[in-house]
Amino acid sequence: MSEETRDKDGVSRRDFLGLAAFGTAILGVVSSVAGSLRYIKANVYFEESKKFKVGTVENFPIGSVKKLDDKNVFIFSEEAGLFAISAICTHLGCIVSPVDFGFQCPCHGSQFNHIGNVIGGPAPRALEWFEISQEIDGSLAIDTAKTVSQGTKYLFA
Amino acid sequence: MDNSNKTGLAQFADNLKSVKSSFVGSFSRGGWPTSDKGRTSTVVNNFFLHLHTAKTHINTLKPSYTLGMGLISFFLLVIAFISGGFLMVYYSPSTTTAFNAVKDINFVVFGGQLMRNIHKWSGEAMIIFVILHMVRIVYTNSYKQGREFNWVIGIVLLILTFVLNLTGYMLPWDQLSYWALVIVANIAAAPKELTDIFNGMFGITLPDIGGATKEVLLGGTEPGQESLTRVYLLHILLLPLAICVFLGVHFFRIRKDGGLTRPANVSAGSGESIISPPEKKGGIFPTHKTYGLMELSKGRTPAVDTDIENTVTSWPNLFIAEIAVFMFTLAAVVAYSYFFDAPLKEYANPMIPENPAKAPWYFLGLQELVSYSAFMGGQGLPGLALAGLIAIPFLDRENRDIGIWFTNKQGKAIAIESFIVGSVAVIGTLAFVVTQGWFREWWPEIHQLWIVAINPGNLLLGFVMVYTLWVIKRTNSTRMGAISLITFFLVCYVILTYTGTVLRGPNWVFYWSPSDWPIH
Repeated sequence: MSEETRDKDGVSRRDFLGLAAFGTAILGVVSSVAGSLRYIKANVYFEESKKFKVGTVENFPIGSVKKLDDKNVFIFSEEAGLFAISAICTHLGCIVSPVDFGFQCPCHGSQFNHIGNVIGGPAPRALEWFEISQEIDGSLAIDTAKTVSQGTKYLFA
Repeated sequence: MDNSNKTGLAQFADNLKSVKSSFVGSFSRGGWPTSDKGRTSTVVNNFFLHLHTAKTHINTLKPSYTLGMGLISFFLLVIAFISGGFLMVYYSPSTTTAFNAVKDINFVVFGGQLMRNIHKWSGEAMIIFVILHMVRIVYTNSYKQGREFNWVIGIVLLILTFVLNLTGYMLPWDQLSYWALVIVANIAAAPKELTDIFNGMFGITLPDIGGATKEVLLGGTEPGQESLTRVYLLHILLLPLAICVFLGVHFFRIRKDGGLTRPANVSAGSGESIISPPEKKGGIFPTHKTYGLMELSKGRTPAVDTDIENTVTSWPNLFIAEIAVFMFTLAAVVAYSYFFDAPLKEYANPMIPENPAKAPWYFLGLQELVSYSAFMGGQGLPGLALAGLIAIPFLDRENRDIGIWFTNKQGKAIAIESFIVGSVAVIGTLAFVVTQGWFREWWPEIHQLWIVAINPGNLLLGFVMVYTLWVIKRTNSTRMGAISLITFFLVCYVILTYTGTVLRGPNWVFYWSPSDWPIH
């Protein structure tokens, strides 16, 4: 056969097979790269649970503020209810400390007010608020993987 | 030797007797060279020497031209590789043992403190010398005529140097390691600052690329064993491998691009230190000239009877210089390491960041920028600065006056002017930020978009760009723009680094000196 076989749009069989092979090669490379990148993102993180118990509601008398150092969480207790604010600065992850105007970050000078809103420095977002729930045994649990909107306060019996 | 009439045992005995000379002969391919031609031939044929040309231009040998910066950087890398290998004997990348291993290296292992100091300081010195090497390349107009791509390779090597230093810093798992890792991981996550701004703006939700990058880097959501494993892998395998490959290409391209740059007219009078070959008496070659490569290697250039101008044999002229630079470098690193110890803080404590929590010094300029906006300071501005550096040889294509420091009088004037203007601009910006604060201090409710878009770092970059364009317009020369730009880069890097290192104290508050920091 001397002439190349063409369909009615004029694509030769040779071109079609060439393009198909080229496309397959691209697809193979892209999926290999994607798979390799997916490989290095771990499926399981060997970390402490993001959800932890903090005892019963009696541990938090109204008007108190407690910081759980190893969890980097502040727990506030007010008439309106309990709420948990993250101690991790939203700028670059340093630990904020409580000061008279709210919270102060040591690393780059970010400042937050009492409910975690940024009032100075480079932090882009307010401090996170976490979900508090009550376990079946009556103890409270904080889940730092679940953020709630600012101002969410929890009342427990 | 004709062995055909000898018995096998006699042949064996003969071979045994001549084993020394035959081994040396096989080792060096032709024995120890005794003539210029022999030495030149050895340079071409020896694996380690063949990176060099057989003959070297005398301008390449002028210390005042190259300042030896590239060579010093390379030797520092060699020193870091060797000392790093020694450290690996005792180090183990586990969060429970790493810190103790480093402490052992410091206090128990014979010569351990010195070895660790050598590793640390040679690595950090690389940053200084790689940057100076880069600046030298621009000032001597050495990024042109085929060298454009090697400049890009050089920028990659600069980045690798930074990342190697950074990952090394994280391995002792002390307070510095831990909090540097936290900060770097969060800088990796900083695109969240941008995606957050646009989320919900057009009814779309952008994927949190920053967060994903951070989790891949850390192997989790917070620094831990997985993170240390990954950083270790980067520091001892992937990055050294990458830097070797890129360095190989860098050297290869220097050769292929025609060697080091040199001015078009070099007077041989500047070569007093050149070692002349001994006077030749007799022989078939004329005595008034030395021999170029064409006697030794195949080529299409009919270069017979024309000497390669202003070149001298690499052996011994170049090699003596290289060995001298190596000895000087090694001596300086060892001496510095003898007197100054690499820091080691307390064991990593995720509950208490140091105050101030500072990155290693070479990143403190960036940390100053990060204290305006995490995304711009940590990714945007360094990315733009690197892009600007990469673009230099492609935007300045004036192929005149290669190999002359500052090109001409005007170049010198522009460099000095840029130095002064740059210093005033950076110091002025810093003074303004320190005394007046920025948007968040003035309008606490302001949208983050404004801070990402307009912050002191961006303004400084904008100023540098506008000023460079103005220089180009005024002088009618892109070359002057390149001189101006690299000067700004150097001035910004040095002053910002100094500010972050010395002038910033607890809570990143300004102090004139660390001795003024409050005691707590």
